[in-house]
Amino acid sequence: MLLLRRALFALALLLAAFPARAQDPFAGLTASGFDDIRRGIEALATAAPPQAAATIAALQSGNLLSGPGGVLVIKQGDTLIDARTGQPAPGMTVGGVTAAGLRPVRVNNAVRRAAEAAMGSLTLFSPDTATRRKAAEAVFKSRDPASLEPLARAIAAEKIPSIRAEMEEARAALLLAIPATPEPEKLAAVATLRERGDLDARALLANLKDQPAAVARAAADAVTHIERMEQLWAVAQGIFYGLSLGSVLLLAAAGLAITFGVMGVINMAHGEMVMIGAYTTFVIQDIIRTSAPGLFDYSLFLAVPAAFIVSGGLGIAIERGLIRFLYGRPLETLLATWGLSLVLQQAVRSIFGPTNREVGTPSWMSGAAEWGHLTITWNRFTIIIFAMMVLAALMATLRYTSLGLRMRAVTQNRRMAASMGIRTPWIDALTFGLGSGVAGMAGVALSQIDNVSPNLGQSYIIDSFLVVVFGGVGNLWGTLVSALTLGIVNKFLEPLAGAVLGKIVVLVLVILFIQRKPRGMFPIKGRAVEA
Amino acid sequence: MTRTGDTLLYLDNVSVSFDGFRALNALSLLVEKGEMRAVIGPNGAGKTTMMDVITGKTRPDEGQVVFGEKTDLTKLDEPAIAALGIGRKFQKPTVFEPLSVWDNLLLALAGDRCPRFTLWARESTDEQDRIEQVLETIRLAELRHRIAGGLSHGQKQWLEIGMLLAQDPQLLLVDEPVAGMTDAETEQTADLLRDINRTRSVVVVEHDMAFVRALGVRVTVLHEGSVLSEGTIDHVSNDPKVIEVYLGR
Amino acid sequence: MNRTATLICLVLVLGGALLLAAGNQLAAPGSTFHVPTYVISLVGKYLCYAMLALALDLVWGYAGILSLGHAAFFALGGYAMGMYLMRQIGTRGMYGNAILPDFMVFLNWKELPWYWHGFDNPGFAILMVLLVPGLLALVFGWLAFRSRVSGVYLSIITQALTFALLLAFFRNDMGFGGNNGLTDFKDIFGYRLQADSTRAALLIASAVFLCLMLLVARFIVTSRFGKVLIAVRDTEARTRFLGYRPERYKLFVFVVSAIMAGIGGALYVPQVGIINPSEFSPANSIEAVIWVAVGGRGTLVGAILGAILVNGGKTYFTGALPEIWLFALGALFILVTLFLPHGVLGLFRRREKALPTKPTQGTATEPAE
Repeated sequence: MLLLRRALFALALLLAAFPARAQDPFAGLTASGFDDIRRGIEALATAAPPQAAATIAALQSGNLLSGPGGVLVIKQGDTLIDARTGQPAPGMTVGGVTAAGLRPVRVNNAVRRAAEAAMGSLTLFSPDTATRRKAAEAVFKSRDPASLEPLARAIAAEKIPSIRAEMEEARAALLLAIPATPEPEKLAAVATLRERGDLDARALLANLKDQPAAVARAAADAVTHIERMEQLWAVAQGIFYGLSLGSVLLLAAAGLAITFGVMGVINMAHGEMVMIGAYTTFVIQDIIRTSAPGLFDYSLFLAVPAAFIVSGGLGIAIERGLIRFLYGRPLETLLATWGLSLVLQQAVRSIFGPTNREVGTPSWMSGAAEWGHLTITWNRFTIIIFAMMVLAALMATLRYTSLGLRMRAVTQNRRMAASMGIRTPWIDALTFGLGSGVAGMAGVALSQIDNVSPNLGQSYIIDSFLVVVFGGVGNLWGTLVSALTLGIVNKFLEPLAGAVLGKIVVLVLVILFIQRKPRGMFPIKGRAVEA
Repeated sequence: MTRTGDTLLYLDNVSVSFDGFRALNALSLLVEKGEMRAVIGPNGAGKTTMMDVITGKTRPDEGQVVFGEKTDLTKLDEPAIAALGIGRKFQKPTVFEPLSVWDNLLLALAGDRCPRFTLWARESTDEQDRIEQVLETIRLAELRHRIAGGLSHGQKQWLEIGMLLAQDPQLLLVDEPVAGMTDAETEQTADLLRDINRTRSVVVVEHDMAFVRALGVRVTVLHEGSVLSEGTIDHVSNDPKVIEVYLGR
Repeated sequence: MNRTATLICLVLVLGGALLLAAGNQLAAPGSTFHVPTYVISLVGKYLCYAMLALALDLVWGYAGILSLGHAAFFALGGYAMGMYLMRQIGTRGMYGNAILPDFMVFLNWKELPWYWHGFDNPGFAILMVLLVPGLLALVFGWLAFRSRVSGVYLSIITQALTFALLLAFFRNDMGFGGNNGLTDFKDIFGYRLQADSTRAALLIASAVFLCLMLLVARFIVTSRFGKVLIAVRDTEARTRFLGYRPERYKLFVFVVSAIMAGIGGALYVPQVGIINPSEFSPANSIEAVIWVAVGGRGTLVGAILGAILVNGGKTYFTGALPEIWLFALGALFILVTLFLPHGVLGLFRRREKALPTKPTQGTATEPAE
């Protein structure tokens, strides 16, 4: 029964194929000579029947088989598909020819080029926008004169402006490649490519040969223009990377700007507060994964307050248990908190293991956006926004809340504040807790771009101190400017000197700067700090 | 205000500001050779800043500070000014606490301050004599081997004055020398300063009016960074401007 | 008391080293008095650490400069010695190149970089051991002290300095062997480095140098210069108004200290057989600070004692209870600063000579008045 149905189907196919034989656009592909095959491809591309694109794609991947009697099938895994209809050809036979009689259509370089060009013009009409876009790009690359006519039709039919623009660019590239194009059209083409302004356009314009003088001049002009634009875009991209690095530095240093900048406590365990914030993120995500996987995208919104509370609470404990005994002895504070950082690192290593822990990125932070020639990754972008929000919140806390007022009162005049009924030890603890909590929030952000390991904090501690000192101790605006400046300078030095050397240069520059202006870019002047 | 041949220190139109706050406002002051001058004024009048400017700790934004004939102090730093012969006593007694009284005076003795010298230096009998002499003057001879950190507040004040004497300066700047002293100590300090004044010029900054009266010297009243009044203690204490500043506003 | 402690220390260090060396060389293996060679190298290593501690104590204990980058000077001295030892390998390297060290052949370098020239000469190498750390300290110190960078600011930029050097020495194209550093040494001054007798001689050399440094340091701190230094440490502003230039005093002692650390590093490298960039890591420098703090800051003998005690503890713990070591080290930092501000030696000393617990001079942390 099945056999009968198959036989009937095959017969129907055969019958359908035969009347078309006379002007069969696929005929050339069944030929055996390379030249015939090439001409066949061009004919197929010009006629452009619905199955043309799939057939030529199969030819390119070596899956187009031909057999005696004009049989042309596409091999898709284990099944065979009739090239002309796109219908499956069930069983091992097509048109009465056994699979054994089929052999791949032969391909050489000329055929491959023709196939490429044909693909370019054929897919120009695909209903899928992405395919059309790709097709325009393919024509731009191949610059096959045969594509000129279909391209013109495609431009006329195209509804989406951005795709039409790409097609226009492809056409411009084609026109320049054809020596017979009249000069005004060539000049217009150069202008179009100049507008496109990317590296491909630059390469094309730079490699033009045998052009009229005016065109060559316009092309050379366009090349310099494109190069200048490229440089500008590169600068913009560099600034974005720099802002991104700067906001990471800002996040790492913001908490320190409170504990070191405002309170004057040298907390070498500050990096560990960051590290613990990152591990808090890991724990929160772990809980969400096991209990409510659907909420994973919101995990960071839970992690931020959680990290603030964990690191902040730990900070308060550290202030009450250790630092308050060492006020007025900065060097001793430095040593004791360094010891504390070793203990915290080892504790985290014992609990979570010495290797990196995997912290996931929510879907809304993955991927990137293209803006002009800029690539903006969402996670970096989110971190820039987050850093600014953290800093704004910190400034608002210090300026507008009663806690902030008390903090400033205590740091400016401890004795006076105490005599006005402010419980200064409690304010010290809360201020330190605030700084540590901010470090914890920084840890949430850093968990998205850095390895979450017990050593996470250590790699930021020196940078953070330099940022705070460079900006001027006790000045949050200074911290902002210094973090962004260091970030941008670092990123601009990288291409010149390499990442490591760039960092060294920045370190040396900051060291020299601190020696020139020991109180940073924005020092607080006055007798109080001179004492 | 004009300079005469006997002028030792000459401040003209000196202004200093910190973040918009004018600590000194076109201050002019003239100290003669061999003079003792008392400088008084309410808190924030600029007394300490004036000392900072004279000793090179703070650079004035504008104005002239001239020492002796024509030495421009605004161009020099603290060690250079100290080497010229200007000594300074701080408000809070600052002595070298871990060192003995003797060593404190030894370091203060006029002489070569260069590391190359101090590395190989041995105490000479001349140096020992001078230290003994200063110890007599400041009445600490019994305590010469004590660690300075263990002295009483008053003793530290004297040790610091002794260090100034050992430094052998032409001009002494003394900031509140009797703050926290007992009446007896205050009286002894006044004697000590008068004694010192026989050979050197002295500028005393003081709050204690009784002490200033006891010194019986010319008084300069500072207010908001400039000179409000100058003259004998009776003159300034009857000056209506001074009374207004001190008593009410 | 001070003089006695110094004498005891000199006798113990020299005598101990001689006894150990004799036990290694004269007693037959298997005899109760035989000292195995690994102990010789271990003790030699401790003595080098003691030199670093002594150097650090000189600047921290007596001049108030808490350098968090002193291991950098130690490592630079070590690299200078390591470069000499590399050149001595000659054709015995894996690639058998008479001029180029193995790692350069591996990197396809054709010529010896200019800064490697001369290191085949032991005299030149020794000169570099002294000059390189000394010059770095001179330049860095001149810049820092002239602009009156002090206290924690200075600590932070010294840490940044060693961090920058760490990054630099990790780079292959710096020409110092990158990540792996310099190793596989064969000879020192013509003697086989692996020989027991060479190891014993190196131990004695370390002991002698340590004693010499102790004497030099003691000469400095007991001179009038040393008194000025202490004055600068506690009341820098006052010394200025007395006419001293604190920056010159600090610079001198900083350079001397850097050279001492460099010598320590130079003796360290042949005894441990390797020098790599991790010696520059900021953690190493801070660890050296705790040696000084444990022994007693501001007591030269204490620094030596602290270095040997802490490193002895480290050897024991990392062998027996590796998990515990960082907890122990961290706790040591905290407990010593909280409860033992004058270190172990402070327990034996009378109160009056000790350091003031609170610095009299205002610092960033002091509550504003």
